[in-house]
Amino acid sequence: MKTLITATLFAALIATTAFASDVVRMGTEGAYPPYNFVNDQGEIDGFEREVGDKICELAELNCEWVKNDWDSIIPNLVSGNYDTIIAGMSITAERDEVIDFSQEYFPPDPSAYVALKGASDDVIKGVVAAQTGTIQAAHAAESGATVVEFKTPDETIAAVRAGEADAVLADDAFLAKFVSESGGELVFVGEKVQIGGGVGIGVRESDTELKGKINAAIDTMKSDGSLNAMLEKWFPDKPEARY
Amino acid sequence: MFSYCQDPSVLSGLTWLSCYLTTNVHFSFYWSFVTVLTLLAITAPLALLFGFGGAVARRSSFAPLRWFGTIYTNMIRGVPEILFFLFVPIALDQALEYIRYKTLCEDSSAPVYQGNDFIVCDAAKLPLSSADAWVHSTYNFSLAVVAFAVVSGAFAANVIDGALKAVPKSQLETASAYGMSDKQVFWRVHVPQMWGYALAGLSNLWMILIKSTPLLFLLGIEDVVYWAGYLGGAKTSFFDYPHPDWRIWYFGALLIFYLLMTWGSEKILNRLSRRFARGQATLGGTTQGAPA
Repeated sequence: MKTLITATLFAALIATTAFASDVVRMGTEGAYPPYNFVNDQGEIDGFEREVGDKICELAELNCEWVKNDWDSIIPNLVSGNYDTIIAGMSITAERDEVIDFSQEYFPPDPSAYVALKGASDDVIKGVVAAQTGTIQAAHAAESGATVVEFKTPDETIAAVRAGEADAVLADDAFLAKFVSESGGELVFVGEKVQIGGGVGIGVRESDTELKGKINAAIDTMKSDGSLNAMLEKWFPDKPEARY
Repeated sequence: MFSYCQDPSVLSGLTWLSCYLTTNVHFSFYWSFVTVLTLLAITAPLALLFGFGGAVARRSSFAPLRWFGTIYTNMIRGVPEILFFLFVPIALDQALEYIRYKTLCEDSSAPVYQGNDFIVCDAAKLPLSSADAWVHSTYNFSLAVVAFAVVSGAFAANVIDGALKAVPKSQLETASAYGMSDKQVFWRVHVPQMWGYALAGLSNLWMILIKSTPLLFLLGIEDVVYWAGYLGGAKTSFFDYPHPDWRIWYFGALLIFYLLMTWGSEKILNRLSRRFARGQATLGGTTQGAPA
């Protein structure tokens, strides 16, 4: 009897651990359309939501979505609050020292400057707004411009509209819709700059198994065309961003 | 929410607004006001308890307890609040996970810090990865409550300590003369008389507590400030209800909310202070022997 109870308890314990390890918490910012944002239904939506859900389906993972501020997104991954970062994060050498990346699921996208209508190309050397902790913030600082950093992507664009900054530097795909729907108020200025690598999923360096599963799933999505279909849906104006 | 909200792109004017303000994401915003009020409702009594404990500890005749009380109040009062709000939840979370790691994991020999990673086995995660989203948010919320209570508690301890000292000695001596034990003097005379003196300081603390609730945002809790900032930001046609930058309206609404909160508190606190001041010459304003 005693052995039976122990055996049952042990089985239950193993079962719960097995179940617990199946849940993968997907961390995202939820404020960077079209990559990821919170839609009017209050759910996380966007290109990365679809990519993430598909990866979880292919890798047979039980995924849950978690929202986290951009500036603490890496610290909270390494301290184990969630298991992946899927938030339009470009793969860079600096980030790679702290966390690991899966293979890219979005090809390297140039960054672009946006300013108010009528601005000259010189504004990119003036006061440039960028989101804290992004490759764009680092690039703007190196380019000799005066950088003002903001916590959220929204605020960088609002700063240009309010005249607080002369230009904003961000991913081209993020800015495109704000420019096209601004009624001419916002325009692209200067040359586009290629800063980071492609966009990958961040995982803890110790999580090699999860990384392997994600890479395998992305391989499948690249070969069967499902990733291209998602890119087509969310980035119709970027035909170069296909695999 | 309303039946006419099916296709937002054809709406205009007030119908558009009524649909816009009743989207699910707006209900998350409205719900976050409840979060803030809940935080206050739980934190205030807890902070008072911490404060009372701290004050009593500081006056203790048992030296280590006295040291503890003094260190607690002085340390927290001397460190910027924001540092504490960042430190307490992280430290508490990792400490709890470490204890669970040592007791629950089958193999707990590996160090928890490996390079940049803080690694415990799945069973030691708090909350478990498999737990529902509400468990995770409740857990984060509880950590925030502890952080708020520890900080406000240190200030409350100082106020209560001062108030205990302010009670006229003669009252306590009279109580002893009537034959009350030290314990009876403390609970039946000293503490009840203390509130009148403490109230002015405590009401200040309450106001500060109300106004510091936006710090919740720092702890990763989606409070009113988070939602106001997110919903107010310019929205492109990726959203059903595109609009320009409306943060000024959202933050304006928060301004009114906080003003109403502090205005209402002030009314209640004034009434309380009159109540505690009955028959006493204290900050409540009545003179001795002439009850209000």
